[in-house]
Amino acid sequence: MLKDITLGQYFPGKSLLHTLDARVKLVCALVYIVAVFLCFSTLSYAALLLLTLGLILLSKISVKVILKGLKPVVFIATFTAIINLFWVQGTTPLFVLGPITVYPEGVAGAIFMLIRIVSLVIGSTLLLTYTTSPMALTDAMERLLSPLKLIKVPVHEFAMMMTIALRFVPTLVTETDKIICAQKARGADFESGNLIQRAKALIPVLIPLFVSAFRRADELAVAMECRCYRGGEGRTRMKSLHTRPSDFATLLFFLGAAVGLFFLNTLSNALWLY
Amino acid sequence: MNKPFLVTEHLSYTYPNEGGEVHYALHDLSLSIEQGSFVAVLGHNGSGKSTLAKLLNGILVPTAGTVMVNGLDTRPEENIFDIRKTIGMVFQNPDNQLVSSIVEEDVAFGPENLGIEPAEIRRRVDEALKAVGMEDAKDRAPHTLSGGQKQRIAIAGVLAMQPKCIVFDESTAMLDPRGREEIMHTIHRLKNELGLTVILITHYMNEAAVADRVIVLNEGSLVLDGTPREVFSEVETLWKIGLDVPQTAELLHLLNQNDAVLKSGLIKGGVLDEDETLALLEKLLGGAK
Ligand SMILES: Nc1ncnc2c1ncn2[C@@H]1O[C@H](COP(=O)(O)OP(=O)(O)OP(=O)(O)O)[C@@H](O)[C@H]1O
Ligand SMILES: [Mg+2]
Repeated sequence: MLKDITLGQYFPGKSLLHTLDARVKLVCALVYIVAVFLCFSTLSYAALLLLTLGLILLSKISVKVILKGLKPVVFIATFTAIINLFWVQGTTPLFVLGPITVYPEGVAGAIFMLIRIVSLVIGSTLLLTYTTSPMALTDAMERLLSPLKLIKVPVHEFAMMMTIALRFVPTLVTETDKIICAQKARGADFESGNLIQRAKALIPVLIPLFVSAFRRADELAVAMECRCYRGGEGRTRMKSLHTRPSDFATLLFFLGAAVGLFFLNTLSNALWLY
Repeated sequence: MNKPFLVTEHLSYTYPNEGGEVHYALHDLSLSIEQGSFVAVLGHNGSGKSTLAKLLNGILVPTAGTVMVNGLDTRPEENIFDIRKTIGMVFQNPDNQLVSSIVEEDVAFGPENLGIEPAEIRRRVDEALKAVGMEDAKDRAPHTLSGGQKQRIAIAGVLAMQPKCIVFDESTAMLDPRGREEIMHTIHRLKNELGLTVILITHYMNEAAVADRVIVLNEGSLVLDGTPREVFSEVETLWKIGLDVPQTAELLHLLNQNDAVLKSGLIKGGVLDEDETLALLEKLLGGAK
């Protein structure tokens, strides 16, 4: 039941998105996220949708995988969309349903919200996890943040923690599944009762999980020491990051796209669109 | 005879504990292991096998006595890095040894720590993956692999550091018979092809029976040390400290208690492999006819 977490999953490939420098992808993802929040109008949302579709095509990752990755946000996306649908007030009602009045603005708001959440998730996972290996990503973070080392921020340690966390997510998920099954076999009940009772039922799952996680951490630390790990000092990387012209072009494109999206709002207003 | 590669002298270790009495996890152990040899270490749970392994590469520092690896003492801090470069370790749980979510990047972890050139790391990683027969899995995530495959990746990760010796601490214990076979096969091939010194800590007697030398620990002390033939002929001693013997050795031991067989003078004692046992049984049965 926890198996369908695709978060932090990497799909090896040779597409343009795969071959970009991870640092550039990280910055592009940030620009993209900002761009998503710069959209207020029909035109800019349409453009955002196009941009996201373009990214999907460029990544050559199957639509099925991408839709599966949306699963965790389905609930929150529909919820916010429905809220928008009923809450946004306009001038002329579209239709009235008992105590609920729906305005065209509400419909637009709901659609915009859906586009916003979906593109946010698709864009950032495409750029950061699906097409970027976790090592490259943490490496990129380490390099981008390396100026902070000057003020004694443990950047390398932070990046290593990220790598290990990503590595152990699937392992711990499987383990949680196993523990839940074991506790069910002993008669534990996770499905009934109110919120507090259910939360309480999770304690016998969390305790063994923590114990095992600490044991794993201990063993992993020894294994890493045995492999000559001694922090970031004097470490080289097999895949060093290279910035190529295509990387600069992509970065410029994203910056341009963000600015473009913003000005599409003005254009949209001028055309009397939403 | 090769020069000694690993030497321990009067090696003792006690884990720091709050309680008053001193409990030796290892006590007064003196060993000398030659380069290129295949040594199996046996002993029941808590006999100090893992403690010995961790002392060999400086994860633990001796309470008394010394450990010398290729002429380097494990006590000074500045030797540790070179020692760990020379002795690789493969542990029991393959899951808890892999650092990265991509196989090839995990294999690269060791060489990266050594500060090797990227191109050379690439070469070593490919070579190591090939050596364990996992070159097709280089882009996979460890959690999609079987236990035996994960363990082979762990071995590749150690190989990529090009050590002279690998210590396997019950590395087959969590695997099914097939996975165990995979790993043992890999270990033998590496030993023969690369001339690695192999120290194999195990609970499986038939894994130990094919080693050049078997060391038996009990309560932190050395009990037996010799060729598998010599060690496994001490059936009574092994039984007394709670260990099994290979079935062939047990059969021989039981046969030896039979006067008629003893008189026939056919059995010299010592472990024999299945073929030898078969030949011997045929001879015995032929004699009885
Ligand atoms: N971290 C520790 N702290 C305190 N005592 C320990 C620790 N690890 C092991 N010991 C003790 O040291 C002794 C030797 O343990 P060791 O792990 O070396 O045994 P082992 O031969 O590897 O056993 P096994 O076959 O179960 O792996 C045991 O008595 C054990 O209780
Ligand atoms: Mg042990």
